[in-house]
Amino acid sequence: MAFLEIENIYKNFGKTEVLKGINFSLEKGEVLAIIGSSGSGKTTLLRCMNFLEQPDEGKIKVNGETLFESGMQFSDREAREKRLHFGLVFQSFNLFPQYTVLKNVSLAPELLAVENSEKKLSRAEKAEIFREIDENSRRLLDMVGLSEKIESYPCELSGGQQQRVAIARALAMKPDILCFDEPTSALDPELTGEVLRVIRELKSSDRTMIVVTHEMNFAKGVADKVIFMADGVIEEIGIPDEVFGNPKSEKTRAFLEKSLENP
Amino acid sequence: MSFLEVTAQLADGFLTTLLIFAVTLVCSIPLGLVITFGSMSKIKPIKWLTKTFVWIIRGTPLMLQIIIVFYGPGLLFGWRALDRLVAVLIAFVINYACYFSEIYRGGIESIPKGQYEAGQVLGMTKTQIFFKIVLFQVIKRIVAPMGNEIITLVKDTSLARVIAVTELVKAAETIISLKAIIWPLFYIGAFYLLFSGLLSILLSRIEKKLNYYSG
Repeated sequence: MAFLEIENIYKNFGKTEVLKGINFSLEKGEVLAIIGSSGSGKTTLLRCMNFLEQPDEGKIKVNGETLFESGMQFSDREAREKRLHFGLVFQSFNLFPQYTVLKNVSLAPELLAVENSEKKLSRAEKAEIFREIDENSRRLLDMVGLSEKIESYPCELSGGQQQRVAIARALAMKPDILCFDEPTSALDPELTGEVLRVIRELKSSDRTMIVVTHEMNFAKGVADKVIFMADGVIEEIGIPDEVFGNPKSEKTRAFLEKSLENP
Repeated sequence: MSFLEVTAQLADGFLTTLLIFAVTLVCSIPLGLVITFGSMSKIKPIKWLTKTFVWIIRGTPLMLQIIIVFYGPGLLFGWRALDRLVAVLIAFVINYACYFSEIYRGGIESIPKGQYEAGQVLGMTKTQIFFKIVLFQVIKRIVAPMGNEIITLVKDTSLARVIAVTELVKAAETIISLKAIIWPLFYIGAFYLLFSGLLSILLSRIEKKLNYYSG
């Protein structure tokens, strides 16, 4: 049984069929790159896994636990718990502008800790939990190379730095699977490197990740598995060497040729 | 009449004007938020009811509303008349809450969807997202239009005289009709100017304070 199992995911927006039966699985610690042209359904797939969209049909299982199945009803609270199996880094960062970098990372864990505690926390207990969260947040920010910026506000950072904060923020919730939705598409070319480097470093630390990307070299270098999507279906899936080196599908070949022309 | 005598006679008017201003502000700011939630509600009947209500309040003169609140309950249902000042306060609070609610709505709708989604994927509840992430950004965006309304409120308080509540203008008018002097009118004019001037300074301070971040 694989760590993540996606079965037969369908999603329509009105009459537009965006996902038409997506199936794949992923082992713990693997990195999956999803490539494909715009409108192929890549982002919608990620949003379905993060419960920002609800699939019309299909099944999502993580570590044996069924998080979603067609016809399944769940409360807001349950949806939130399911969501926490996944983390998502957005294309446009979506940092909270009014908070410092450190607070951006520590806010959600703090809220969750207070909410999850059975009894009312005493002041000392709360301080202890918050201290741990604070330490962990600093550690994560150090990991993405921003320990000197913790008191800055997002507007004072470059796009690359903002995206690295967003990565630390997603990691702070300790997701089983971390998803990236075109994490470098909103960045100037000279800033993509620092973000890709951080993602690459995360891999070594045994994390399961799904990266939707247009950076072919990055996908080739980092991914254990590559999916090429076209028109809402998985056109090709395999190890990078196969998909990039010897694509079976005509569509994959055409897409790769085009993206190599205008990298 | 000396300056001091006039001031003493106007004192009650001053107080009433300040009271209407303060009570309206304190009550209509939170009430406006409730109306905003109504007009943004996903439940259609609540939404349309609220929107119709806002349309009526914004579409009719505040002066008319004051008269209706004061005379309406008695003439329609035979209830005992409200205290005049209470009637004025009710009309003002409802009227301003409706205006504020539309400013809030504009502010809330201007917050990018990504802010909500970022909160969602971090496992926050809707309430947490609103109060911890969205609200502050909304406040920053609406300080300027709110300032406009608040300054209008300073001058609107003079409408209270329509049901014989002695606010500043009525107080001054009483003096000039009895004593046949004109300058108390300029005196209270200066008061309104000073009051709104101080508010402008305060509001721009708040605006500056919220400008520690951009976006």
